[in-house]
Amino acid sequence: MRLIGQIGDWLDARLQVGQTLRETAEHPVPRDTASWFYVFGSAAFVVFILQIFTGILLALIYVPSAGEAWNSLQVLNHGIQLGWFVRALHGWGSDFMVAIVLLHMVQVFLFGAYKFPRELTWIIGVFLLLMTLGMAFTGQVLRFDQDAYWGLGLGASIASRVPGAGPAIVNVMLGGPIIAGATLSRFFAMHVFVIPGLLIAFVALHLLMVVKLGINDWPMPGRVVRKATYVQEYHELTKKDGLPFVPGAVWKDLCFSALILLAVAACAMYFGPFGPSGRPDPTIIQTAPHPDFFFLWLYAVLSLLPPSMETPVLLIGPVIAIIALLALPFVFGEGEKSWRRRPIAVLSILLIAVSLGDFTHLGTFTPWSPVMDAWSSDSIPPQFLHNRSALERQGALVFQEKQCHNCHALDNIGGKRGPALDRVAARRTQDQLIRQVIQGGGNMPAYGKNLSPAETTALVSFLETLRPEGQPAARDSSRAVGLEPQSGKPPAAQP
Amino acid sequence: MTNPDDLSRRKLLMKLGVLFNGIIAAVLAVPIIRYILSPVAEERKQGFQSWLPLGELNQFPAGETRFATYRNPVVNPWDGKTADIACWVRNVDGQTFQVFAINCAHLGCPVRWFPQSNLFMCPCHGGAYYQDGSRASGPPERGLFQYHYKIEQGKLFIKAGEMPTPGQKTQSSLVTLETRRCV
Repeated sequence: MRLIGQIGDWLDARLQVGQTLRETAEHPVPRDTASWFYVFGSAAFVVFILQIFTGILLALIYVPSAGEAWNSLQVLNHGIQLGWFVRALHGWGSDFMVAIVLLHMVQVFLFGAYKFPRELTWIIGVFLLLMTLGMAFTGQVLRFDQDAYWGLGLGASIASRVPGAGPAIVNVMLGGPIIAGATLSRFFAMHVFVIPGLLIAFVALHLLMVVKLGINDWPMPGRVVRKATYVQEYHELTKKDGLPFVPGAVWKDLCFSALILLAVAACAMYFGPFGPSGRPDPTIIQTAPHPDFFFLWLYAVLSLLPPSMETPVLLIGPVIAIIALLALPFVFGEGEKSWRRRPIAVLSILLIAVSLGDFTHLGTFTPWSPVMDAWSSDSIPPQFLHNRSALERQGALVFQEKQCHNCHALDNIGGKRGPALDRVAARRTQDQLIRQVIQGGGNMPAYGKNLSPAETTALVSFLETLRPEGQPAARDSSRAVGLEPQSGKPPAAQP
Repeated sequence: MTNPDDLSRRKLLMKLGVLFNGIIAAVLAVPIIRYILSPVAEERKQGFQSWLPLGELNQFPAGETRFATYRNPVVNPWDGKTADIACWVRNVDGQTFQVFAINCAHLGCPVRWFPQSNLFMCPCHGGAYYQDGSRASGPPERGLFQYHYKIEQGKLFIKAGEMPTPGQKTQSSLVTLETRRCV
């Protein structure tokens, strides 16, 4: 022990950092802040270290070449001892990092920590969030598989919509005319050098500011932030009711970080690495590309926006969101910190969480996409064919053959792009069904050119059987009245 | 004690030093920015597009739409499979052709042809197109991208080489289809 002490003294006599480190570690923090609510920042930091560490380990094997990247991932998964585990740690670490950074941001927002004098700490935090998302996206590209390839196409298609400069931005982003080797190389440079370098610098600045300005005091309803008096009040609070950060508060950070690392390792061990999915070969088109978990909400938004609103929302939406986040500490730099006195802040968080959660949930089962193989793999449930005439069964065949099933479900089987047809005859008359099939509309393609009159007749007669037992088909009562005076007979069905 | 004249001379020298570094930085910035922007340099962009064979005409029977692939003209040895690009060839009537890009006009996912319902469908966000490439439903704002084509010595050629994206101007090799609705 004495030897270690002597070495330490020898080093510190030359490094001259011991005093500063001791003062930093033991700086007083308000007693209330030694709380389980104040552990997310340090946990994000620890996961970031894990990401750097596992990232370097992956770089020992990974080949950032469009022709070889996918093969090198296969070698990592299957050829190198525990390569799969390092990939899984990095992949799950990425998801945990995004989640913890978001939690940290929500906590900081609800506790009013962005207010005076910590405005710049918040702003740097916003940049850290954007960089974390940037790492998540570029990392998904480095897992160079089908999802990565078509995800890049999606990014290029969005970038191309920038007025004027769009196509040039696409070429610079892809490093050439198509998604190829140059594209992967530049995303590798972003993911491994540019963004991590910026992240390290910004994290250091963020931490320095937390130490210099002091951790945000626990928000008390009624304790209002005023620029003139806040700094003095904070120092009195730490003097009167403070405790040294080490060991007073740090043990909770340490416990939570360890728990998070354990959770990452457990997920990595149990669920394994993410992909890679199919080979990034653009001539293999039997694929349904989808983004990683934290971009699923965006995938849903892109599917559900009306076409005319898409470009403005895509190009202006992010700008407004970032400006709002950056402006927040300047607009609301003073006043109440406690969430108990800030109902709009709480409601905003709830609204954003519910929206993102809902869109993410939709993104997991993509009801807007036709089920490409429903027509050949999902049969019509037998109850819809039982006791049907030959014509109606022929219509059921047309329903399968013409791929209606890809978009319309029967008994919850099939696509969800269009409405389920289990009871369509109860809400559409025969004429309306014929019109809808032939002319389309309401986001359904027109089938007039693709169906012979006989096929249309059969299909519609099948559709007319789709209604709950005992409920009559919808009918147009004016039609009978209109036709009655000419003939005494009930109107004949029209094909 | 330093004399005030001396101090101002040192200050001047320091400012000159900063200026000198600034000039060098500006000079270095020119090649660096040109390097970064090289994918959009005029002389390089002109080489993006060229005429590429898709195969013999008899591979594309009249009235049918068939899958075809080509090797991108601008290619590096390490591009691997990514330089193999797919497209859809529609032989309208034996005389006229339509060659559609594989990329959905919405956000670039690969569209699939369904000959049974005569529709192109996109697996990502639910776009659908009629057999002539015009928009049928879903989020796309326009029809499928089309390549210029020519027939020489019994072979079908298209002018291609750049990934089509919605923001591209139409004067490049891609023909725009008017957004059309079949009623």
